[in-house]
Amino acid sequence: MIRSGSYSGHARIGIMEALPWIAAIAVYFLLPEYLSLGARIMIFILFTLSLDLILGYAGIITLGHSVFLGIGAYTAGILSVKLNVNDPFLQLIAGCLTSALFGLVSGAVILRTRNLTLLMLTLAITAIVYEIGNKASSLTGGADGLPGVQVNPFFGTFEFDLWGRTGYVYCAIVLFVIWFVVRRLIYSPFGAMLTGIRENTPRMHALGAPVYQRLLIVYTISAGIAGIAGVLMTQVTQSVGLNVLTFEVAGDVLVMLILGGVGRIYGAFVGPVVYMVAQDLLAKQFPEYWSFGVGILLVLVVFFARGGILGLVDKIVDRARTP
Amino acid sequence: MSAPALETRDLCKQFGALTVASNINFRLEPGARHALIGPNGAGKTTFVNMLTGALPATSGKIMFGGEDITQMAQAARTKRGLGRTFQITSLFRDLPVLDNVALGIAEREGVSLNVWKPASSYASIRDESMAHLETMGLGPEALLCVKDLPYGKQRLVEIAIALGLKPKVLLLDEPAAGVPSLESGRILDVLADLPKDIAILIIEHDMDIVFRFAQRITVLVQGAVLTEGTPDEIAGDQRVRDVYLGEGGHD
Repeated sequence: MIRSGSYSGHARIGIMEALPWIAAIAVYFLLPEYLSLGARIMIFILFTLSLDLILGYAGIITLGHSVFLGIGAYTAGILSVKLNVNDPFLQLIAGCLTSALFGLVSGAVILRTRNLTLLMLTLAITAIVYEIGNKASSLTGGADGLPGVQVNPFFGTFEFDLWGRTGYVYCAIVLFVIWFVVRRLIYSPFGAMLTGIRENTPRMHALGAPVYQRLLIVYTISAGIAGIAGVLMTQVTQSVGLNVLTFEVAGDVLVMLILGGVGRIYGAFVGPVVYMVAQDLLAKQFPEYWSFGVGILLVLVVFFARGGILGLVDKIVDRARTP
Repeated sequence: MSAPALETRDLCKQFGALTVASNINFRLEPGARHALIGPNGAGKTTFVNMLTGALPATSGKIMFGGEDITQMAQAARTKRGLGRTFQITSLFRDLPVLDNVALGIAEREGVSLNVWKPASSYASIRDESMAHLETMGLGPEALLCVKDLPYGKQRLVEIAIALGLKPKVLLLDEPAAGVPSLESGRILDVLADLPKDIAILIIEHDMDIVFRFAQRITVLVQGAVLTEGTPDEIAGDQRVRDVYLGEGGHD
């Protein structure tokens, strides 16, 4: 099974790959009361996809990916609340660029290290940015965050409505575009090269690849995508708060990716859906214990399905094929 | 007279108080078939790692085709035509054999930053990888995962990857290490057929391979060059016999 760029095999878009989009359309028509949850899930899919790009494909371990979500989210919030820039696409582009820029600058420092040192540095950066978000209250609203974010109607017509229809469709379209870009990237020579770095970094050096520069490029791209997810979050909830900058969010997204399957594009789709739907159901049934259920789910996955849910599906399909 | 393909001048390496290379002066002529031998711990692999840039030298100079590359990063040396194989097989184990070779060719061709066209659409890279594999007799295994190949064939993949980089100088670090003698014959054939314009430095314990392959031999002992000469001179050198050949002679 080819999961990234390969010179030896083809990676056409398969029929199965239409499933997420069919599901997204079906939800819109069949489950209108779940559209705001659906939009949140799609935002997290986008965020998880950005993490998959660096962790799953390039092998960069991070516990601080929330920084990029947060910077995107605050960029949109500050633009609207402080500068009165309410154009949705301007906010989107600005959030993507600021986050990518921060990815480039912080990556230039931390990507010189590896493994545990890298992990610690990502944690440190998350802590620093969180504290800046907390203390720079004239800009960020501090602990209160920035409520009352305005977003102009799309193309002057489609306003964010009470039922979350516009938000849902908007998130779906953005996710679709980014999915398409990421998919191209993963199956390109660039994706093949990233897989090479993940599989055997010293060998990539010996092949003449400037590994640090390549990691910096993918880290910047990933940061930009995470920033877009952050902007969507601000726009859909029409507010932004410190919660987007926490370790908890960085941990959540990691759990979602592992749950779905690391290093595979649809792992980033399945993980957030399962995690957030489980969270939603459990929170209704057992409001006090919902994280207990999510914890059990994760334990089961790491013990019995090392490749995540999709890895498990692969195994079952393989077994069914070979009697 | 043309510059040597690769040359070191007073090359030294120290790990703290431990000297693993002291004042190594070494010349590899264009198109040479040169062997580097020495007992275990003589510093052969350290020497190669300094040549490729995997380890920084403590002092001294490394010249590649007349250019000083002592401070140059590993990737830049590779780009200039300095190729190597690894002593301990260091392949992309979970990738197809063909991709192992193609990744190197893609770097050489500078296509690795292309993010849009599918990798599978680069037919020229695929064909060239395939051609290298066929030279090694690995054509039928091209689509298998490397980890599913027997060890001897993995060593051949190493050589195929190095050739894919079109090196001017090739450093072979124990190409036959750990290969059953039955299969090492195949590796010898491959070595004998390597293009004549590539200067080759081979590090090898197997004296059979060394004496059949090399036209010149350098003997390294405790980080220093003991002597250098033709295979006949080395075989007849009493000091070499004492420290190396006589000591074990078992491999």
